[in-house]
Amino acid sequence: MAAVFAAGILVFLLARSIFVPRTFGQYGHYRGAALAEIAAKPVMFAGHGACEGCHTEVFDVKTKGVHAHVACEACHGPLAKHADDPTALQPPKMDVAVLCVRCHEANKAKPATFPQVVSAEHSGGVPCDTCHKPHSPRIGGADTASAEKASGGGK
Amino acid sequence: MNITRRRLLYLLPAAAIAWDAIIAGTPEAAPNYNMTDHWWGFLIDVTKCIGCGTCVQACQAENNVPDGYYRTWVERYHVAGWPEENPTVDSPEGGKHGFPPLEKEGGKNFYVPKMCNHCADSPCTQVCPVGATFVSPDGVVLVDQKYCLGCRYCIQACPYGCRFINPQTMTASKCTLCYHRITKGLTTACSETCPTGTRQLVDLKNPNDPAHKFIETHSVQVLKPHLATQAKVFYYGLDGSVR
Amino acid sequence: MHGIPVEGFMYPNEIELQWSVLIVLYPFLTGLVAGAFILASLERVFRIEEVKPTYRLALLTALAFLLVAPLPLQLHLGHPERSLEMYLTPHTSSAMAMFGFVYLWYLMAVLVLEIWLDYRHDIVVLSQTTTGWKRWLYKAMTLGSDNISPSALALDHKVGGIITIIGIPSAFLLHGYVGFIFGSVKANPWWSSPLMPVVFLFSAIVSGIATVMLVYMFLCRARGEQVDMRCVDTVAKYLFYAFLIDFTLELLDLIHRIYEADDSFRSLDFMVHTKLYIPHIVIQILIGTLTPIILLAITQVVRMTAAKRKVMYSLAGCLTLIGIFAMRWNVVIGGQLFSKSFLGYTTYKLGLIDREGLLVAIALTILPFFILWGLVKLLPPWEDVQGSHLEASYGDD
Repeated sequence: MAAVFAAGILVFLLARSIFVPRTFGQYGHYRGAALAEIAAKPVMFAGHGACEGCHTEVFDVKTKGVHAHVACEACHGPLAKHADDPTALQPPKMDVAVLCVRCHEANKAKPATFPQVVSAEHSGGVPCDTCHKPHSPRIGGADTASAEKASGGGK
Repeated sequence: MNITRRRLLYLLPAAAIAWDAIIAGTPEAAPNYNMTDHWWGFLIDVTKCIGCGTCVQACQAENNVPDGYYRTWVERYHVAGWPEENPTVDSPEGGKHGFPPLEKEGGKNFYVPKMCNHCADSPCTQVCPVGATFVSPDGVVLVDQKYCLGCRYCIQACPYGCRFINPQTMTASKCTLCYHRITKGLTTACSETCPTGTRQLVDLKNPNDPAHKFIETHSVQVLKPHLATQAKVFYYGLDGSVR
Repeated sequence: MHGIPVEGFMYPNEIELQWSVLIVLYPFLTGLVAGAFILASLERVFRIEEVKPTYRLALLTALAFLLVAPLPLQLHLGHPERSLEMYLTPHTSSAMAMFGFVYLWYLMAVLVLEIWLDYRHDIVVLSQTTTGWKRWLYKAMTLGSDNISPSALALDHKVGGIITIIGIPSAFLLHGYVGFIFGSVKANPWWSSPLMPVVFLFSAIVSGIATVMLVYMFLCRARGEQVDMRCVDTVAKYLFYAFLIDFTLELLDLIHRIYEADDSFRSLDFMVHTKLYIPHIVIQILIGTLTPIILLAITQVVRMTAAKRKVMYSLAGCLTLIGIFAMRWNVVIGGQLFSKSFLGYTTYKLGLIDREGLLVAIALTILPFFILWGLVKLLPPWEDVQGSHLEASYGDD
């Protein structure tokens, strides 16, 4: 019986040296290599800093309007692939009917100072971008960004 | 140097081990990222949240989150006040497509985004039987997808409901604070796309981080403080009824 | 979402249950192991002679259930092929990491060793008297030792006694740690309690004793043998005592919860009165605890014929097992039915043919009895074998 136990322990120690991953314990009780693996995942959103380099005219308009602090990809979706190679991927056309109401459809739980409308009553089915330019949506003058900073835009 | 066959037999395995160590020992994805310079947290300004669900969609796009499971989600609260003991809460599809009109009248109504709290004293990493989930040296709670057994103990131990089993990998999964982004100097996908500035990444080791300064000068709280998880997601403007 | 009906509000990731009926089954099986072993130790360590006829049977029962115990866990894991990691890199802050080592220790250093020592004489005799393939099996089981002189047997007996003494806290650990796995989760107020390991352990003892009692009576009937009433009466008496302690502990937990009424109380109370009404109030408490206690109490105070007592014991034993299973169900499943926001409830969808479904659970519950049947055939617990140690006359030591 003792021999059985001794053999078992020996096999265990041997298995341990073979199977425990090499980077285990490097930073703590986990595989150190996992950090690099997780950090190496592909990026899908380029970040607002990536857009202004090429899209300067849009950028100029946007920074003066109330959407100044809304990131480009908040509406346009993940575009890291486009930022890496602009010709390879053309960003899809936005569906205004769905996009604008996502934020601006009136709801009692939204902060009262946030601009919101009941879309059916507000435009009667007319698309939002008929009257509002998405990059600077306030009607009647773009340069009201500073005055409107309190209404939920500040970042 | 005269390399004899015997020397080569010694050198080759040694070289192989050394190469492995070199490959394994560089967790910093970006050349300038040093883990010990950072201690990541998050700041959520509840007063600004409009429940648009852009963050939920962005997280799903960035991290390939399967449908029906949520690395982040938004809850809507309706607090009627006395004599109602409890708030009415809903989160249709995690708030991914926004919220339908609120049926109840009156009361306090607001949205609360939720996510992994990246607890410094995390109960989920404590219970992992094999060390597949852990707190990184820079304060992010991560899951090693290659090591996780899928025993689900960590999911039971999380008080905030932020973990789930990914049905494709059959391993535990959750918000990684977009570790692959923040180690490259980007911000998280949810902070990036949040249109109202509700969500912000915080570096608690960086005194110049505006979000860090905000936390130090305003009343903030964490979820379920009585559980002493040392959560690092700070909420500004959080109502007492929030669970 | 998921097609699972939800009442009120659940955090979106909480809606689907994480731990299934297999995780209910696992503590039930290890509980039977611990309980059966404690019964065996009553004779070996505490010299309660009356229960000797069940001694070997209890050990074999424990082994049969212990062999099956890891199966529900393996079937539940997302990656069972990685389960070796628990041995290679156990995370010492996790109660679950203990499993591999406690299991292996209990299997090899306690149960297998004790069975081998106790049966060694019979194994040697059988290796010399049987024919065919069984002969080789017995020969292998002797592990090369065929010394069955009185002094060798006396040594076996002594070492076996020590193993049993070590085995008692080992059995406590084997099942107690499962209770701690639940009891240490501060996120879940239905589980989080220092009483949890103790309640688990006593309910394990109750279920183990009941199982061995039932198996013993069944096997006697199957073999056309007379049931040793003195034995069964004593076993039933200990079942009764253990049950009283178990019930007291559960009652204490209940009263404490109701009195303290912390932030989880309203939600849990509502759950027990609605979703868990049948499993908890009706099955676990009324049918599975109070009824067997009353039946056993009656047998303790009212004079009855042996035949009537056997009926009472059988009934009480079966109801006990149902009750203890229900207790595991109510802890594991019940703990996942309510939201940690205390604002809602979900539903457990038990599949039929899933990997973690009902059929698998039933198969895993029946399997140990098949294994036990095989073990009983291979290592008969009765005094049949020539010169068996049960007849040897080396008194107490």
